[in-house]
Amino acid sequence: MSDLDTFRADTRAWLEANCPAEMRTPMRSEDDACWGGRHFAFQSEAQERWMRLMGEKGWTVPDWPAAYGGGGLTPAETKVLKEEMRSIGARSPLSSFGISMLGPALLKYGTEEQKNRFLPEIARGEIRWCQGYSEPGAGSDLAGLQTKCEDNGDHWLVNGQKVWTSYADKADWIFCLVRTSTESKHGGISFLLFDMESEGVSTKPILLISGYSPFCETFFDNVKVPKDQVVGDVNKGWDVAKYLLGHEREMISGMGLGSGSARTLAQSLGAIDDPVLAADVALFDVDAIAFAAMSEHFIDQLKAGEAHPAMPSMMKYAGTELNKKRHELTMAAGGSDALEWDSERSHGGKAAREWLRTKANSIEGGTSEVQLGIVAKHILRLPGA
Amino acid sequence: MILTDDQRQLADMARTFLAEEGTIKKQLRHWRDIGCKDGFGHGLWKQMAELGLTGLAIPEEAGGLGLGATEAALVMEEVGRNLTPSPFLTTSIVAVEALKGSEQGKRWFPGILSGDTVAAFAVDEGPHHRPRAIALEAKRSGNGFALSGSKQFVVHGASADLLIVAARTGGSAGESDGLTLFAVPRDAAGMTIENVALADSSKAARISFENVAVDADAVIGEVDGGWEPLRRAMRAGRTGAAAELVGLATGASDMTVDYLKQRKQFGKLIGEFQVLQHRAAHLFGEIEIARAVTLKAAELLDKGDAQAGMMTHVAKAKAGRVSALAVQEAVQMHGGIGMTDEHDIGLYMKREKVLDALFGDSSYHARMVQVTG
Ligand SMILES: Cc1cc2nc3c(=O)[nH]c(=O)nc-3n(C[C@H](O)[C@H](O)[C@H](O)COP(=O)(O)OP(=O)(O)OC[C@H]3O[C@@H](n4cnc5c(N)ncnc54)[C@H](O)[C@@H]3O)c2cc1C
Repeated sequence: MSDLDTFRADTRAWLEANCPAEMRTPMRSEDDACWGGRHFAFQSEAQERWMRLMGEKGWTVPDWPAAYGGGGLTPAETKVLKEEMRSIGARSPLSSFGISMLGPALLKYGTEEQKNRFLPEIARGEIRWCQGYSEPGAGSDLAGLQTKCEDNGDHWLVNGQKVWTSYADKADWIFCLVRTSTESKHGGISFLLFDMESEGVSTKPILLISGYSPFCETFFDNVKVPKDQVVGDVNKGWDVAKYLLGHEREMISGMGLGSGSARTLAQSLGAIDDPVLAADVALFDVDAIAFAAMSEHFIDQLKAGEAHPAMPSMMKYAGTELNKKRHELTMAAGGSDALEWDSERSHGGKAAREWLRTKANSIEGGTSEVQLGIVAKHILRLPGA
Repeated sequence: MILTDDQRQLADMARTFLAEEGTIKKQLRHWRDIGCKDGFGHGLWKQMAELGLTGLAIPEEAGGLGLGATEAALVMEEVGRNLTPSPFLTTSIVAVEALKGSEQGKRWFPGILSGDTVAAFAVDEGPHHRPRAIALEAKRSGNGFALSGSKQFVVHGASADLLIVAARTGGSAGESDGLTLFAVPRDAAGMTIENVALADSSKAARISFENVAVDADAVIGEVDGGWEPLRRAMRAGRTGAAAELVGLATGASDMTVDYLKQRKQFGKLIGEFQVLQHRAAHLFGEIEIARAVTLKAAELLDKGDAQAGMMTHVAKAKAGRVSALAVQEAVQMHGGIGMTDEHDIGLYMKREKVLDALFGDSSYHARMVQVTG
């Protein structure tokens, strides 16, 4: 038996013994996701246990170094773990902006002290993070941000406003872009971490068209931040921000994989007795299966360090457009049943609310237009783009 | 097709009136936010009656304006632009068309004219519009009929005084022969009405019928000959819904073009980006095409042309696809703000989805074009 086969057998046995039965059922809605953090209300004892057991093994972040709370697995082992989890239908033990966004940025740009301090608690789901990038005047033009951060001797003083901050009202800490110099647009930005319980931080939820309110306006009024909480060099935060965005886009592109093909989704809602719709679903499945192959290839390239830095933009664009299409088809297949907003039989309007939520996929993490612009400029090297 | 002066005047009147009284703030949001069980305001319905709109398609000899599908489309376009919730489509277009020339018309037209009566159209029995598959059974009983079965997606069903119910008196599922149309008053015993809120905050009922007794004179037209009035009503409804979709697409697109002229990123108005310009221009063209085919369908209906049925399928399919594009582009070009409940643009997206499904979605009608075209 090769080492990888042994690893697979051990992994399978461990998962079999440790993954609670409840955590092997499909998630019914976004509410079933486990976010961890100081104030997270676990939905069940099983959910908490699953996060803790996986965290202890470092398998919430299997490919991070073990020294920082990761699993220390090779890319091949990581893949095996994912396959084995998928084969028993195991839920993700932890959904976290710390894992998918901040962690990779800290691994690359953080000081040794910062890594030791923050990474293990991300891996164990102890601190829930939010992302403070966008501002009312700085969305696609992110570098136009204005939130002011002044050097006050023994601390930083932060003043300003963020917007569209997902889960700001539930997060423990924020990773945030601030302006430390007005001399240059990109060269005056710093990447700052701080506790959302700091004095002067306040949040106001914004209601979405789906009826949920997962994001907020976030206000900073004379917030004092310890000096050692800047990641990377002062005024060089744009590099950290861009690196993190690559990881965010990589994560969001995963939405293209969705949960099952459109056909299975459609069938779960009702038979497709319309040949035109059936043809649309068939064409969609071609795209979805092909995208899954590309996704696998892309992740392999990333792990091997062979991916073009702008490839996450291509993947984010393709994956999110695909996911939106999936939900359009799901709605079409569901017909008037799927349009019900809060009836019991529609599970509180699950299909309609999720359909509406996916419309943000091509906006959050940088819009589709911005992704295509990046591909045109950095991969195709088109003039003026 | 060129509109007549009278048609233009009607369109101007509807536009001015709805832009004043039918706004999102005064109607849709207001009724939604107070949790109104009807999802629309009876006050506006009364005002529409005073303007003669509720009786737009009622024959002159019955006290209406005696107008046709074209005029109805002109009004529906303004309804769509403002997302105005009202029973106009189900009552003044669909029910009136079904009742025209029948004895039942005499009974129900006065209430519709005065804005006191709301009517609903009960056709769909599953999540998809499949009128030939109707299975709700109407059995002869005494000197009338007993109705048993169920309907869903009955828009305004819980608020309606009158339900136009399509039932099967003969034949079998899949056939258009053997269908009969009934005018069922709200207080008929044996109906259980579940008022369901839809994504756009409108209301559509699920109704179950358990031996609902109706008199023989509740039949609209002929027993077993219901397909004819049913089809007429559906064509009127589809053309009306297509016009509403065109208006909705126009409203969403106007709002988006305005936003492109206001929002600045990278030191520029986002409307200066050619990618957005081209998409806005493309959308403009698509909406014009959808409007043209919708008016064409209405014109053919008014002329009684043999191609009218096919054209209503094209109109509903095209308007559905174009307005879906319009709302997707609208939310996308608004960026994050387009995802917020506070901004009106998302309301267009929700309404579009419901209207597309009403009286058959784009796929259904595309299929019908193939079959009948
Ligand atoms: C559900 C959701 C969650 C989010 N979560 C977070 C979060 O946690 N933290 C955070 O910081 N932000 C978050 N965002 C914000 C998100 O990153 C921004 O919405 C996004 O960057 C777009 O900015 P904007 O909304 O200001 O749109 P704008 O930048 O105003 O864009 C409006 C339109 O103009 C287009 N446009 C802009 N510039 C160009 C150009 N150069 N070329 C062509 N077209 C252009 C856009 O593509 C878009 O269609 C979230 C957004 C959503 C919808």
